[in-house]
This record gives sequence, C-alpha cells and structure tokens, in this order.
Amino acid sequence: MTTALLDFLTALALAPLLPGVIARVKALFAGRQGPPLLQAYFDLCKLLRKSGVYSTATTWIFRAGPIVACASVVAALALTPAAGRTALISFPADFVLLAYLLACGRFFTVLAALDTGSSFEGMGASREVHYAALGEPALLLGLLALARQTGTMSLPSLLGRASPLAPEAALVGAALFIVLLCENARIPFDDPNTHLELTMIHEAMVLDHGGVDLALIHYGSWLKLWLWSALLAGVLMPVALKTIVTPVPLVGVTGVLAVALGIGVVESCIARLRLLRVPHLLATALALAAVAFILGVR
Amino acid sequence: MMDGVVDRLMVLLILSDVALLGMSRLGAVIGLAALQGALLGGLALSASGETSRAVLLAAVGLSVRGLLFPWLLRRTARRAGVQRDLEPFVGYALSLLIGIVMLGASMALGARLPLGRAGVSNLVVPAALFTMFTGVFLIVARRKALTQCVGYLVLENGIYGFGAASVGEIPLLVELGALLDLFVAVLVMGVAVYRITAEFDHMDTQRLDALRG
Amino acid sequence: MTQTLIALAALLVSASAALGLRSRARAASRLGAAGSPAALAICVVALIRVLSSGHAVALRVSWAEPFGELTLGIDALSSFFLLIILSLSVVTALYGVGYLERSSQSSVSWFFFNLLVASMIVVVIARHVLVFLLAWETMALTSFFLVAHHHGQRSVRRASWIYLIASHLGSFFLLPMFFLLAPAGGSLAFSDLGHALAPWAASSCFVLAVIGFGCKAGLMPLHVWLPEAHPAAPSHVSALMSGVMIKMGVYGLLRVAMLLGEPPLWWGWLLLALGAISALLGVLFALAQHDLKRLLAYHSVENVGIIVLGIGVGFTGLSSGAPHVAVLGFTGALLHVLNHAVFKGLLFLGAGSVLRATHTAEIDELGGLMRRMPVTGSTFLVGCLSICGLPPFNGFVSEFLIYWAMIAGVLSLTAATAVPLGATVAVLASVGGLALACFAKAFGIVFLGLPRRTTPQSVVENGPSMTAPMVLLAAACLALGLSGPLLAPAVATVVADLHAPIDAASIHATTRVLSRVTLIAAAFMALVAAMALVRHRLLCRRESRAAPTWDCGYVAPSATMQYTASSFAQPIVDLYGSLLRTRKRLDAPEIHFPEAAHLETETPDLSREGIYEPLFEAIGVALRRMLVLQHGQLHIYVLAVVLTLIALLLWQVGWNS
Repeated sequence: MTTALLDFLTALALAPLLPGVIARVKALFAGRQGPPLLQAYFDLCKLLRKSGVYSTATTWIFRAGPIVACASVVAALALTPAAGRTALISFPADFVLLAYLLACGRFFTVLAALDTGSSFEGMGASREVHYAALGEPALLLGLLALARQTGTMSLPSLLGRASPLAPEAALVGAALFIVLLCENARIPFDDPNTHLELTMIHEAMVLDHGGVDLALIHYGSWLKLWLWSALLAGVLMPVALKTIVTPVPLVGVTGVLAVALGIGVVESCIARLRLLRVPHLLATALALAAVAFILGVR
Repeated sequence: MMDGVVDRLMVLLILSDVALLGMSRLGAVIGLAALQGALLGGLALSASGETSRAVLLAAVGLSVRGLLFPWLLRRTARRAGVQRDLEPFVGYALSLLIGIVMLGASMALGARLPLGRAGVSNLVVPAALFTMFTGVFLIVARRKALTQCVGYLVLENGIYGFGAASVGEIPLLVELGALLDLFVAVLVMGVAVYRITAEFDHMDTQRLDALRG
Repeated sequence: MTQTLIALAALLVSASAALGLRSRARAASRLGAAGSPAALAICVVALIRVLSSGHAVALRVSWAEPFGELTLGIDALSSFFLLIILSLSVVTALYGVGYLERSSQSSVSWFFFNLLVASMIVVVIARHVLVFLLAWETMALTSFFLVAHHHGQRSVRRASWIYLIASHLGSFFLLPMFFLLAPAGGSLAFSDLGHALAPWAASSCFVLAVIGFGCKAGLMPLHVWLPEAHPAAPSHVSALMSGVMIKMGVYGLLRVAMLLGEPPLWWGWLLLALGAISALLGVLFALAQHDLKRLLAYHSVENVGIIVLGIGVGFTGLSSGAPHVAVLGFTGALLHVLNHAVFKGLLFLGAGSVLRATHTAEIDELGGLMRRMPVTGSTFLVGCLSICGLPPFNGFVSEFLIYWAMIAGVLSLTAATAVPLGATVAVLASVGGLALACFAKAFGIVFLGLPRRTTPQSVVENGPSMTAPMVLLAAACLALGLSGPLLAPAVATVVADLHAPIDAASIHATTRVLSRVTLIAAAFMALVAAMALVRHRLLCRRESRAAPTWDCGYVAPSATMQYTASSFAQPIVDLYGSLLRTRKRLDAPEIHFPEAAHLETETPDLSREGIYEPLFEAIGVALRRMLVLQHGQLHIYVLAVVLTLIALLLWQVGWNS
C-alpha cells in the first residue's frame, strides 16, 4: 500500500518531466541543445499565474472540460500499477474502469472543444473520437490477452506476471505502444509541435483554452502520458525487475523514463502519418492485440 | 528448447502473414514472402534434425524462396514500374480484420485436425493453415498481378509448412520438383507481367475481363 | 398480487376517465396522467417484497375459456420488470402533461397511454398463453395508436404502419412457439409448458422466441420499426416505448428460456452473435443519422444488443459449466435493462423538450441550446454520459458487469469458447468508443457552440412539468451509478429465477468489487469538485475577459462555419462506408470562387433496403398473380367454396377409413 501510494505521488510530481525528456532525446537526434528538462514545470507556473480569456460562445462545459479531463486521469492513475507493481486500488476487470475513466476525460475535452463553436476545434474533436474508437478495443483486447495468459484479472497481477520474453506479451507491448502514441498525441499520429491547425488533433481541441485551464489540460495530458508509459513498462519490463523491493519508487520511474526515451527515439526517426492512414495503423494495433490473444488462448 | 525455437518461428510466420495482409508497398510484400522462405528453412532444419541432407534441402529452399524469387519479382516490379497495390478489392484495414478471423479459424481447425507429428510444436499446423489462407486471400483480394503472384508464393509456403508438420521429411525429389514448378511459375508470371505492362501500360487484372469473347 | 390487480384497475379507471372527459382537455390530461402514479403507489411495496424475498405469488381463477383457468403470477423476474414499467410510466406521464398541453387529442392519447401501461403489466404477470398473447397484442395495438398521434402527417402514418406490421410479424413467430411448447391437449398455463421437450423442439422454440421477441426488442435484422416509429411518436411515448416496451421482448425471451430448461451451447452463441451485430451496427447507424430522435432509436438497438450480449454470456456460462460467468452476465444484463430504461427515457424526454422548443429535431439546424435551455441541456448531458457508460453514471455499472462476465469467461473456459468471448470484448469496446463519438456529436452539436440556423428568439426552456421529470431521471442516473453494490444483490433473486446458481459468496464477491468501483467513482467526483474549487479560488480575484472564439486568425467567423453533425461523423462514417452505404449528393462549386454549394447525405436502413423491401416486393409480385382468382364472378366463387368443402369431406372420410 505504501509503495503504491509512493508510486502514485511520484507520478503526480514527476509527470511534467516526461515532455522534457522526450524533447531532450529529440534534440539529441537533431543535434540541437533542446529546452531545459524542467521546461514543463516553468510553463505550468506561468500558466497558473494568468487569468483567462473566454469566448462569448462558451458555457460552463468549456470551464468544466479541463477539470474533468485532469481529474479523470488522476482517478485512473489510482488503478495503474507503476511498471507492473502494485496499484492503490485493484479488483477484477479494473482495466475496464481505467479505460472508461480515460474515456470520460476525453468526452469532456471534446465537448469543451465543441463548445467554442470553432471549426478547427470541431475538426480536432472529430478526429479525437474517431481514433479513440479504434484504440480502445486494442487496449482492452491486449490487456485481455495478458489476463488469459497469466490467469488473473486485475492490472497489478496481470502486468506483474507478464513476461516480455513470451511472444504474446511482446505483441501486446507493440500494440499498446501504437495506441499510446495515438492517445497521447505523439508522432506519427499527431505532432505536438506542429504549427498548422488543420493537421492537429489534440492541440486543435484546446486552441481556445488559456491560463489555469490550459495548465490543467497540459498537466492532465502529461499525467496521461505517465499512466500509459507505466502500463507499457509493466508489459515490457522483465519479471525479475518488477519484483525488486526498493524503499523508493525507483523501478516505476525507471520503467516510465525508459518508455519516454523510446517515444523520443520513435519521434525522431519517423515522420507524421497522413491522417487518412491513421485508422490503418490503429487497425494494425488491434490486429497485433488479437494475434496475441489468439496465441495466448491456445 | 527445440520446441521453443519452432514456436517462435511460427509466431514470426503468423506475424509475417498479418503484415502481408496490411501492407501495400510491393517491395515490403516481396520481402515478407522472402522472410517466410527463410523461416520455413529454419523450420525444416529444426524439425528434421541437422543431417547433411536436411541442411542441403534447407539451403536450396532458402536460396530459391528467400533470394531467387524475390530477386525475380523485384526485377519485374522495377521494370513494370509498380510500387504499391493501391485500391485493392478489399481495403487494408478490413483485410487485417479478415486475417484475424482466418487466424482464429486456422487455430480451431489446427486443434481439430489429427495432423502434426508428436514432438512438433502444436503451432505449426495452424500457422501453415493461416499462411495458406493468407496466400489465397492475397490472390483473391489484390488487384495487381504481381501481388497475386506473391500470394501464390505465400500459398506454396503454407503448403510446405503443412508438409513439414505432417510428414516431417519431404522426399527430395518432391521438394525439388515443387521448387522447380514454382520457379517456372514465377518466371512465366514475371515475363507475362512485363509483357502486359509493355503492351497496355498497366497491369490491372480487373481489366482482363475485357478480353473475353 | 391483489395490489397489482388494484393498480391495473386504477389504470383502467384513469384511461376511461380520460376518454370520458374528452371535452375538458385539462381535466382529462390530469386524470389520465394520474393513473400511473396511483398504480405505482398501490403496488410498490408488495413488488419490492417479492423482489427481495424471491417468493413468487400466484392467482388462479377458473375461467370459462377453452383451455383451463386464468392464471396470473408475480415472481422476482416479473416484479423487477413491473417496477421498471411503473416507475418510468410515472415519469413519462408527468412529462406528457406538459408535452400534450397544446394537443387537441390529448384525451385519446391518455386513454391509450394507460392501456399500454396496463397491457405491459399484464404481459409481465400473465402465466397463461392466452392471457399473455392477448396482452401482447393489446400492447402492440395501443402503442400503434400512440405512435400515430400526429396522424395528420404522412410520414407518421407510414411509420405507424411499419410498426404495426413489424409487431404482427413478430407475433406471428410466437404462435408456433407456444404451439410447440404446449403439451398435446393439455392446459396452456405456463407451469405446464415445456415439460419433456425434445431437444429439437426446445431449440426450435428458442429460435422462434428469439425472432418473435427480438422483433419487439429491436435486435438487428428485426429492428426496422424502431428508427421509424420513435421519431414519429410523441416524445414521452418514445421514452416509454424505448425505455420499457422494447424490454418486454427481453422479458419474453427470458421467460421462455426459463421454461426451456438447460440451454445447449449454441443458444449462447446465437445470442452473442445477434447481440454483437445489433450493438455494433446500431451504434454505427446512429452515427450516420441527423435526426435526433432517429439517432436515439438506433441507440436503443445498440443497447438491446448489449443486453442480449449479457444474456448470451449468461447462457454460455450456464451451458459450459462456469456458473460465476452466468451470474455476472445475467446480473449485468438485468441491470442494463433498468439503466437503459432510465437514461434512454431521459434522452427521449430531452429530445422532446428540444423538439417542442425549436420545432425541429434536425441536428444540423440546432446549436447553442445550452444557453437557452440550461435544464434540458444539463440533464441531456447526464443522459449522454450514462449511455456512453462513463463512470460515475449508471450505464457503467451494468456494462462493467457484462465486461467482467466476458473476461471471467475468457479466463475460465476452453479455447473454443474463449476466443469468441474475447471477440465480444473487442466488439463491446468498439461500441463504447463509437457511442462516445455519437453522443459527443449529438450533445455537442445540438447544445454547444452557436445556433446554426437563425432560430427565433422565442426558444425558451419548457415548463416544470417537462423539466422536473428530466431532473428526476438525471438524479436517478447518478444515484444508480453510485449504488452498484446495492443493486447487484437486489437482482440476485431474479438471477436465481433464471436457473443461474447464485449464492451468498458470489453476491458478496460482486458487491465487494462494485463497492470499489463506487469508491473510485466517488473519489473522481470529489476530485472534480475540489479542482473546481481550487480553480475558482485562483481565478476569483483575477479579471477574465470575454472575446469571440479565436479562429486561428480568420477575421470574420460566422456560425455557419462551425462543424456540423455530418462533418463530425464523416471520418467514421467513411471508414465503415461499406456497411453503412450512405448516399451522398454533392453540388460542389466548380470554379475557384465560392458559390452556393450543397451536400446532402442520407443513410437508409440496411436491413430495410436490403432484406425487407425486396422480400415484400417479391411477395407482392407473387400475390398479384393470385388476382386471376378475383374476377368478380359470384357463381364461380360459390363453385369454389363447394369444391373446397367436398375436397375437405373426401379427405376427412379417407382419413378415417
């Protein structure tokens, strides 16, 4: 319980480190120096001090969107075992609740975007729900494959016992990695640094937010990245590492940072996909999860 | 341990089938078919032990399936100037879904069929079946003659894997005969495709129906 | 039992009073709406007692009809459905008072409303084939008249005819089913049905029941009447029909399955397949619609699919020796029946409120209603969250149980069973994602942004008679969502009725898990409240500015440039284009300078266009050939009658000798 609590608090504290790590890796590949590791913290502080500008078209939904989005990720984090260790709360089929909590946050982000009446934000919202509808089955089927393979139903146990040496777990890892990139608006699905609103997904939805609201949105999305990285680390980390007992939440943090490094490398090496090809890549993730499931059931 | 190796090979074979279903680039498709040839060579080796005859057969199979055919196909593709099979009859995302259903079906079939020798991984028969299905599907669902040719190769790969699973050692003559057959088929197909392209400026098999009387 | 009969009497009194007071519309609608609350008040205690104890009560009255006596009864399954019927009818009746205020024919409508509620009650308590079928037909007829309320419009007349025909086609399959079930020459009481049935007969009964009841429930190839009838009916009637009446199909299926005993494995497969198809295609067709009520109708198809998935998992668990899977599946399905009644009722009432205030249900013409109609908007949002199965609202609890049942099945069953069950998990997850997309569209386009057409200034929130029921149902959505640990044991007696071996230990295990779900949901809500408070504290001393929406530097954004429902759903509709077959008519400007352009899309129902219309066309052609017999020559008709009689006589004589 205490380790789970420590992991949870670490996630809350260190999540803004992830964008810094990814940016550093990308800068390394590009031969630049890159922004400071703690840049995200500076951004948060700056945004929290600002007041807001609100569109005259908006209602309370616009103000509620960032709050619900951020709170849903925090709630989902309580179910997430850091790198396959323990979670604050776990029970059979808890990964369903995790997926639906994230969906709840997404729903409010999308509504807040539609509340502004901007066509760009409508575009982003449309893409977001479209891709999520393809990513969600891949996530649940992948975790189900691990559940069948390990014979357990709750996240900590099924991730804790999943061995990356088994082909099933490796396939699930690949599928989850694709969905992670999509869910967290990374290349090849979405370019967090793009400057063309027409091609954005996540950033297009939050064009009108500013100040404290934007801080909540950013913090929520970094937490979400941490959550997904922790899940993926749970699949891919060798069992021996997952079970090490340390007084500090070192294992979880190492796993998450390793995944962040991986994301940075992938982002440096491949280009953005055309939007029309995105469903195809997500279908590939679903296919990988399905192959893992069928192999695991055998 | 041996079984573990065969298992891994078969998982890779299944994955290469899935990739074949989802890829549009001809170069990658040909490469995957070549990879399958290599995987099957590995299967033959580990299934029948490392006798000199097995090694020889694997080497011949590998060089024909993994090197000669891809080279021929690539050359034809380059000459015909095709890179992708765009607008197939069945879309790539849908192909993947159908592929999953085929995989499930071959698993169910493989568990029921009384094939597979004792001591060989129980994944070989399903994987071979799935490869055969994939080959047939590629022939049916793709538009370009070259992709269909690859489908034919993949189908043959599946049959070979099936044979390796059920009889173990394939008689030398049969194996060489099959390879020769394939070789002629690929060669003829390549020449035909080249000629068709030179003549009509495309190699869309759908338009062949204009030839009927 | 007595209480339920008194409640029935109250409904009939209320119905006839409404009809009798035709000339005084206000009094008629007051009295007509009073029937359901009175009925609920009379029997709620007795019903809850049956539900909690599981002791069935029965009533037998000897009756001079040919097949024995009149039998009625209430067991846990009946009382569960009765409670849902009565509660939702109370809320919709209350709403109807406001909704029908300006209608000239409200007294007739109230007459049929009360008869519909009464007939549904009789369907649920009937324990005799004849009573059941009579009530079933009354239910179809009364709801037909309710659907045809606005019979001045051609489209409404057409829709109500489609509904009537579909209902009768469904009943057509129920007759042979009961015929097979009944013992030769014996009584038609339910307790005597289905004894010592041959396996083939049991299976035929089951298939007939799935078709007959599936037609009422709206399972996918049989659902054609739903997207027609729901938009045509007055909204409180749509709410009642979609929330409760289609569940009578589910009830009938469960009741007949109880009579049939041990299910073979393929029954579960059949239900899983039908459920998966209904859920997936239902939500996809919903996405492609632009009419708010038609969209909701397709979501009823989706949710019935989810319910049937739950029942299918239950059957699969029963027949493959995994009782815990069966218990979870049935519990999830039953709770989804309850939850769907609440949130779909709420959504249809909300759609009715929009329709009444703006006089259109065309999504692409609406927008920005949240400001004009805050209560309708907020409660509709709660309905959307619930139907998408998002925590902490009620849809999640039942969907979670169904997921859990599937996952438990995947873990404990053999490969041949586990793989299809895994596929249903993927289907359910896709359905969840697509439903979210659909309701983001429905709510976002109708209630958020700016009005897309210049709507008259007169759009105002409806009166408390219409808003109060919505608030009530929205509160119920949240309350049911947080009371999962109480609900699962509450339906345990019903699950036990369905032959699923449920015991204290399994109830306890379910309750423990659901209480953790509730804990997380409550923590989530507390977190939202806390963050809202912190945000308020941070911002209350700072000055915030109001400005037009930032449109990336474009100088004159206008409301018509907003994303519409069609553009929002377009990527998904295109992706599944081969299934949906959306028709597009595009008049694009052909020169570079903007000109008037026009895009029209329509997604007709696949099974209506692909199955029923060709089928009926063919039947029509075949029957037209029979016209040669109808020539108007009376003497030849007489000859035909005589010849038939002689032929029958000869046959009978030959038979006996």
